Amino acid sequence: MTPLFLAHGSAEFWSDQTVNGLTTGSIYALVALGYTMVYGILQLINFAHGEVFMVGAFAGYGVLVALGGEDISGVMVLVAIILALAAAGAASAVTAATIERVAYRPLRNAPRLAPLISAIGVSIFLSHLVDDGFLDGKSKFYPQIFPTGDLSAGPLSISYLQLFLIGSSLVMMAGLYWVVQRTRTGKAIRAVSESRENAALMGIDVDRMIVATFVLGAIMAGFGGVLYGLFLSSIRGSMGFLPGVKAFTAAVLGGIGSIPGAVVGGFFLGLTESVGRELLNEIPGVNLPNEWKDVVAFALLVVVLIFRPTGIFRQRETKRA
Amino acid sequence: MALLDLSGLVAGYGGITAIKGISLEVDPGEVVTLIGSNGAGKSTTLRAISGLIRPRAGRITFAGKAISGMKPHDIVSLGISQVPEGRGIFSRLTVAENLALGAFQRHDGEVHADLDRTFRLFPRLKERENQLGGTLSGGEQQMLAIGRALMARPKLLLLDEPSMGLSPVLVETIFATIAEIRREGATILLVEQNAAMALEIADRAYVIESGVITLQGTGAALAQDDSVRRAYLGEV
Repeated sequence: MTPLFLAHGSAEFWSDQTVNGLTTGSIYALVALGYTMVYGILQLINFAHGEVFMVGAFAGYGVLVALGGEDISGVMVLVAIILALAAAGAASAVTAATIERVAYRPLRNAPRLAPLISAIGVSIFLSHLVDDGFLDGKSKFYPQIFPTGDLSAGPLSISYLQLFLIGSSLVMMAGLYWVVQRTRTGKAIRAVSESRENAALMGIDVDRMIVATFVLGAIMAGFGGVLYGLFLSSIRGSMGFLPGVKAFTAAVLGGIGSIPGAVVGGFFLGLTESVGRELLNEIPGVNLPNEWKDVVAFALLVVVLIFRPTGIFRQRETKRA
Repeated sequence: MALLDLSGLVAGYGGITAIKGISLEVDPGEVVTLIGSNGAGKSTTLRAISGLIRPRAGRITFAGKAISGMKPHDIVSLGISQVPEGRGIFSRLTVAENLALGAFQRHDGEVHADLDRTFRLFPRLKERENQLGGTLSGGEQQMLAIGRALMARPKLLLLDEPSMGLSPVLVETIFATIAEIRREGATILLVEQNAAMALEIADRAYVIESGVITLQGTGAALAQDDSVRRAYLGEV
């Protein structure tokens, strides 16, 4: 986090802004992957994906609290976080698979607007279920167990937590890329994304691959939920909304349907909110405080869409037989 | 017993009934062709067999088992592979990945040997192994589509207009390949507008018009039939 006393314009200042941008960007990227993959296979914007992220955050929270909360220390911190990530991935996966089965599959052949409305309905349902049904409007707080401290070299400085966030999300994204590119399921998912009919003629169970796509995207979102909790501490039922919309924005910026696009779009959006906003502040007369980061982010979306409607990584149009 | 047996098959899309009570059979080791003009119901017949559309009436039996209404991937696992109209290449997947998907349901140890066999049949595919499917020419895509279907080791191969959109030279090549596959003992149901080539290669043939079978016989007999010659072989 940027300490307020850093001189604006110093090397330390820009280095901090960059690290902050990469940190939030890594969470956006993890969540954006689910949007882009589901869009790629169903041409559906899964508006409930932000809530899949939220469920992951709560599953991770539950594991950390069960293992002792603030009392977790030493090597157990690492074990606890790995278990929290695993639980989050599993809980998000089950949630997403259930949403697909209940809210989307029955509408597979309905007009495009129907599953979209269904998605928005699921999103509102889940966030209110958690906030009003379980938490009575209050937030929960992630135990602060991650070792504090910074790694610095010259003007560069990064906290252990930020390093962990950026590093672990890159590892997870590499893992996803490997699954999609190299495994039998990954190939089948890509085939279904191009043509459901032709994939079925290969002997691929199309419904299963659609579920697999939701599950893979959900695992990434669940991981993102835990990282978000570790970084920002406060979690609640409606926490998925803004990161969800931002991650969707990142997916569109990158080129919806493209996996590398979602990653690049996520980091690009994170950096725009921090470094980009401060760069604008360099213009005489401009003063955009941190609260304006959302304005900057969505203004960027509009500008990019005007000049490059297909996003950074244009997804080749699939020929439909 | 016939390997594939259609009886009284009715199918269509929305308000349109494209095939109106078709009966045909394919015996093991046979090459059977279904010829007819554009819109006669040829592709609909194949799509019903492979489960892409659900028949409204009638029966489809494969190797003694009723398959109408089954899911396409379950029909593939019984041993039917279709080369779809327009080839159905996955353009963002490499040639090697397309071929691997052809063997999606196989877990035996001979997939690799079959890949080598496919590359012997189509040396061009070997050269283009790591290229994206979408970068291939029309003829190469057709070779890939046939090679991919063979990777499933089907008991029955359904070919939907393999000559469509190809130059005469390439059509010759594709038909020579079909002849070779046939010599290896495959059972084929071939749907074609190119009646001359289809009748030449087929043991038996059916003529379909407006969703109804109007003629049937051996390939040689139909090639001599006056009405077929007038309607499909461009003779007056």
